[in-house]
Amino acid sequence: MSGYPALPVYAQTINLLAAILLLLSFAMLGQRRIISLINLFMAQGAVLFASTALVAAATNQHHLYWSALITLVLKVFLLPWILHRLIRRLNVKWDIETLINIPTTMMIGLMLVIFSFNLALPISALAGTILRSTLGIAMAVVMLSFLMMITRSKAVPQVIGFLSMENGLFFAATSATYGMPMVVELGIALDVLVGMVILGVFFFQIREQFDSLDIHHLEKLKED
Amino acid sequence: MEFLLVLAFPLVGSLVLALFGHRRGAAEINSAFSLLTLLAAAALTLTIVASGPQLLFSEQIFVDPLNVFLVALTAFVGFTTSLFSRPYMHVEHDHGKLSANRLRLYHSMFQLFTFTMLLALTTNNMGILWVAMEAATLTTVLLVSLYRTAASLEAAWKYFILCGVGIAQALFGTILLYFAAEKLLSPDNALLWTHLDAVKGSLEPAVMSLAFVFLLVGYGTKVGLVPLHNWLPDAHAEGPTPVSAVLSGLLLNVALYAVVRCKVLADGALHSNLAAILMMGFGLLSVVVAAFFLSRQRDIKRLFAYSSIEHMGIITFAFGMGGPLASFGGLLHMTVHSLTKSAIFFAVGHATQKCGSQLIERIKGLIQLSPMVGWGLMLGTLAILGMPPFGVFTSEFLILTTAMRLQPWATPILLLSLGVAFAAILGKVQPMVFGEPTAQRLPHRPAMVPVFMHLGLVLMLGLWIPPYLADWYRQAAKLIG
Repeated sequence: MSGYPALPVYAQTINLLAAILLLLSFAMLGQRRIISLINLFMAQGAVLFASTALVAAATNQHHLYWSALITLVLKVFLLPWILHRLIRRLNVKWDIETLINIPTTMMIGLMLVIFSFNLALPISALAGTILRSTLGIAMAVVMLSFLMMITRSKAVPQVIGFLSMENGLFFAATSATYGMPMVVELGIALDVLVGMVILGVFFFQIREQFDSLDIHHLEKLKED
Repeated sequence: MEFLLVLAFPLVGSLVLALFGHRRGAAEINSAFSLLTLLAAAALTLTIVASGPQLLFSEQIFVDPLNVFLVALTAFVGFTTSLFSRPYMHVEHDHGKLSANRLRLYHSMFQLFTFTMLLALTTNNMGILWVAMEAATLTTVLLVSLYRTAASLEAAWKYFILCGVGIAQALFGTILLYFAAEKLLSPDNALLWTHLDAVKGSLEPAVMSLAFVFLLVGYGTKVGLVPLHNWLPDAHAEGPTPVSAVLSGLLLNVALYAVVRCKVLADGALHSNLAAILMMGFGLLSVVVAAFFLSRQRDIKRLFAYSSIEHMGIITFAFGMGGPLASFGGLLHMTVHSLTKSAIFFAVGHATQKCGSQLIERIKGLIQLSPMVGWGLMLGTLAILGMPPFGVFTSEFLILTTAMRLQPWATPILLLSLGVAFAAILGKVQPMVFGEPTAQRLPHRPAMVPVFMHLGLVLMLGLWIPPYLADWYRQAAKLIG
């Protein structure tokens, strides 16, 4: 558009990465195979790492290098590795049944993206960071992950949805405020990691109890 | 110094018990650490009462009358619960429901859970508050799933996912809060509550209203506010009873404390009553829905879990109304609810062990079986239902009379729900206490001291609130506004 000044290259790159992040979220929403889901999650982590590092370089915010490093270690290597190991040990490679069929899910996803952009509009207008246009995307990633958690009936995809939601939140923090204070980010990373380990243990116990990781079995505790 | 001990004792306790929690005497070590924490908390309280609010560790820690009162309450109920858990877990172990390793996990997590709650209460950093709340969720997930039965795994899974999603909303709220504050404060200070409080008048209202909504929904999930309450009855019913007691008595309070801290900031920034309306709405909805769900419960622990939702609703409503009187009532209700509800769970724990079932219809004639347990449950129930002269009556009376003055439309709804709850709970508990007994005696003596200690305190608060305590509540109520 002619009314706007041309964005510097790094800002354009970051916008591109944000768009890829959104695309990956949609890909996750439509993906049926668990292995591919984990790979998509890993790709999401990699994009997050690249964008955080780029913001750090562009704005000279040193603590963001550390967050980028945490992202790299945690979301590109450690968590996907744990997940891959888990599904190998649990031997779950089957296709995922979704509760709502995928085209419908995609349509709902589109609505959510529009909703998120609208919600983010007044806040983006206030943001002074180079990334303000990406706040809507961050919100959309959170919403899409939420949708994924709702529509999947297996335990592992639900957890991937949960982790992807955390990715969206992290992206929101970087794009709106150049990240949270270091001590908070460390705490969040620790919580996510510990949570993942606990869930890993859980998977085995759920399977031991029910011979399946289908959370439909986890619907006994209902109100009469 | 006292402060450091308050956090250090449970942390060291959890490490020690992670190593020795399966040995003989682990329950005593557990109680000893809880007692040390309680003593440290008492010393801290005296210091704060004598010398006013304190900022410690380069402002990362903030202790004022509002949270020191909750610290003292948390340490106290933590200690009495550890006393109750000694014979209770012993019986569970004897019945083969728990292996030695599970017992070690239980003791270690009990202390770690106390630590996360105390950290959440005393931190000045809204980000650390979130981290501590999430850590509290993680430790309790392990506690709820302790028996590893199908039902307990389901409850723990639901708890993890629902509270995980909820708390993710709170993280988004925290990010927005940081975003609003970052324009006024340096990045290092922008999440410190005391700094936020100082500049709350100039925080951007558009951002703050969105932030508060996310924070309320997020932490509200942990408070158990309807319609975010689904995890609560399951987690209470399927975990060990000492865990139900601390969940109801303490964790819900801590989550509500987080909401209140956020509300103070939102009120200052918004110049409108959005926060008040939202809290009153959620509170009232919780009271009504929980009251009507009560009569449908068949499991005694689920029954009292729903009663917790109801009471959290009342307290949220009171804080939503605001003003010195309503906040005073809310704080008093927090105290008496936490004491009464944990006492009830202690009694219920012994009762279910005696009868070997949590189903209400299988528990009968407690008064003949074990008069102490029977009377404990009966008196606790009467207290929680708001019968005078117990403290719950005082606080509910305060809240209701304030509601009549400030929000007259809400009073009939509240009264009606309280009436429905009264009929539902009393109708179910009465045959449990009286009636023909069906079960045998257990070899272990029940730990009734904590039950009557709690009920005695609730009775005292109903008849006479010590002047220094009243003064302390008043100071805290002033902080809430």
